[in-house]
Amino acid sequence: MAKFSEDTYDLAQRLIKRYPEGKQKSALIPILHLAQAEFGGWLSAEVMDYVASILNIKPIEVYEVASFYSMFNLKPVGKCLIEVCRTAPCWLKGSEDITQHIEKKLSIKDGETTKDGMFTLKTVECLGSCGTAPMMQCGHKYYENLTTDSVDEIISTLKEQNQAQVYVSNDFFREN
Amino acid sequence: MGRKVLLEHDHIEGINTYEVYRKMGGYRSVEKAIKTMSPDEVVEEVKKSGLRGRGGAGFPTGMKWSFLAKPAGVARYLVCNADESEPGTFKDRYLMEKNPHILVEGMITASFALGANTSYIYIRGEYFYLVKILERAIAEAYAAGFLGKNILGSGYDLDLYVHPGAGAYICGEETALLESLEGKRGNPRMKPPFPAIAGLYACPTVVNNVETIAAVVPIVNLGGEEYAKIGIGRSTGTKLISAGGNIKKPGVYEIEMGISVEDFIYSDEYCGGIENDLELKACVPGGSSVPILPKDLLLKTAAGETRLMSYESLSDGGFATGSMLGSGGFFVYDQRACIVRSTWNFSRFYHHESCGQCSPCREGTGWMEKILHRIENGHGKMHDIDLLVDVASKIEGNTICPLGDAAAWPVAAAIRHFREEFEYHIKYPEKVKDPKHFHKIPFRGLKNVYA
Repeated sequence: MAKFSEDTYDLAQRLIKRYPEGKQKSALIPILHLAQAEFGGWLSAEVMDYVASILNIKPIEVYEVASFYSMFNLKPVGKCLIEVCRTAPCWLKGSEDITQHIEKKLSIKDGETTKDGMFTLKTVECLGSCGTAPMMQCGHKYYENLTTDSVDEIISTLKEQNQAQVYVSNDFFREN
Repeated sequence: MGRKVLLEHDHIEGINTYEVYRKMGGYRSVEKAIKTMSPDEVVEEVKKSGLRGRGGAGFPTGMKWSFLAKPAGVARYLVCNADESEPGTFKDRYLMEKNPHILVEGMITASFALGANTSYIYIRGEYFYLVKILERAIAEAYAAGFLGKNILGSGYDLDLYVHPGAGAYICGEETALLESLEGKRGNPRMKPPFPAIAGLYACPTVVNNVETIAAVVPIVNLGGEEYAKIGIGRSTGTKLISAGGNIKKPGVYEIEMGISVEDFIYSDEYCGGIENDLELKACVPGGSSVPILPKDLLLKTAAGETRLMSYESLSDGGFATGSMLGSGGFFVYDQRACIVRSTWNFSRFYHHESCGQCSPCREGTGWMEKILHRIENGHGKMHDIDLLVDVASKIEGNTICPLGDAAAWPVAAAIRHFREEFEYHIKYPEKVKDPKHFHKIPFRGLKNVYA
């Protein structure tokens, strides 16, 4: 069965305490983020059931939330989930060319994962980076003012690092 | 140079740390409010300032605060809306990244005014790196005694927490945000009751945008009347504008409300003119939900007056010939942009972001996306244009929350001002096969050839 590391479990308990007694369900989204980061970048039924047990809520309450929010992956994704902004302000600055370039470079289409499990490409809606468009996100990092050349560099760096890129690390939250 | 009260110190090295922020006069508003004012007096100053919600709706903040119910023995909450997701808008991200302490300070002063002992900053999940920045700023404020128990020896207690979302535009709508903060799907609630009566955990709650809360700092420091002298008419104060699209100098600018749109676009102090010195075609002045305006109506109102960057001037002429200041997400289209492709792009956005609760929005946004997709790709029929107008009009006003309106308005406005461009796509399908069909010759030039 899925189980948090001691460190993450403690953090989850601290997050629960941020909400009034009996309102522990409020910590669901933050804890799902921790779970996704710790359990391979996606949320399996087993992981969601585990989160439900931590929060003392029904599994269905976790499923209905996990399926609503676009940052939660209900299927496995590559180590690096590349999310290219496709909304109008980025489109005006050439985001369609960026997406096409990545598709060609990695030989995958929007929504697909490379055979080696390294990259998943996803086009997403506005990420609030319209002044530095076109842009993409990978893990918690924003890559801005993209050109096809800079995309090539970013992808080869990610490949070299060969590390899972996550939205959140435990040290993002303060200790108290 | 216009007056700055929010980004005044954003260029100072280390302003994101407590030490430097404090040295530059930070946390004075907390001291002033807690030591010398009653909570109601703070609310009064905010009323006098004329501050209006900076998230998009422009509702008077002081009035919103005065609606807060105060039944004895019931907790009250202040929730900061940092779910900035309106396409074209990135000002809150900039402010929180550069100067997180101004938001923390504003949260403390505003929480004191409202009598909240627990407050939350709900931030969109994609901004996770900002969670780290805000958490550090909050830890510093606790260490300095501005948060926690018995702040400045006053007996006032406040805990402040950051709460990340997980990717849902709808959670910027205040009741959806509260649902999400309670650990649920972001489905907006029916109003009434308004959050001021029954908000977070059914307790009285105020939800304010990041920039709104930050503005409480200069309002308390300067006094409401002094703040109200900045700006023009009922558009008091400064506004953060997120400038993007085909301009020379994209970025976040703090403007004194009342400067002209033309100055904002062409002056070197702000956008610096159109990229590559091309021609200005159109602009969405207040985030993707507000009507697009063609150049002529953008720079001057229908009555021929200079269009100003203010709530009133940008909405002059209503939706027939005006738009809205909205969230200040200001993006500019040069002559190469295709309005049909842009409108399809927006419709795809709203279809993707509809929560699915109300059928007119859930179904209507999908239909609009589909129809616009076929027009843009050369498969449209002439009656599709009126069909779009019809679908948009049936979404508008028929949904629980304003996402339906926000999806309908840009479509209606694009057809209102650029109908010929839609007709061109339908009449000459072979001419729009290349997605960049207006890059070589702008539509303006083509119009004469095919008229």
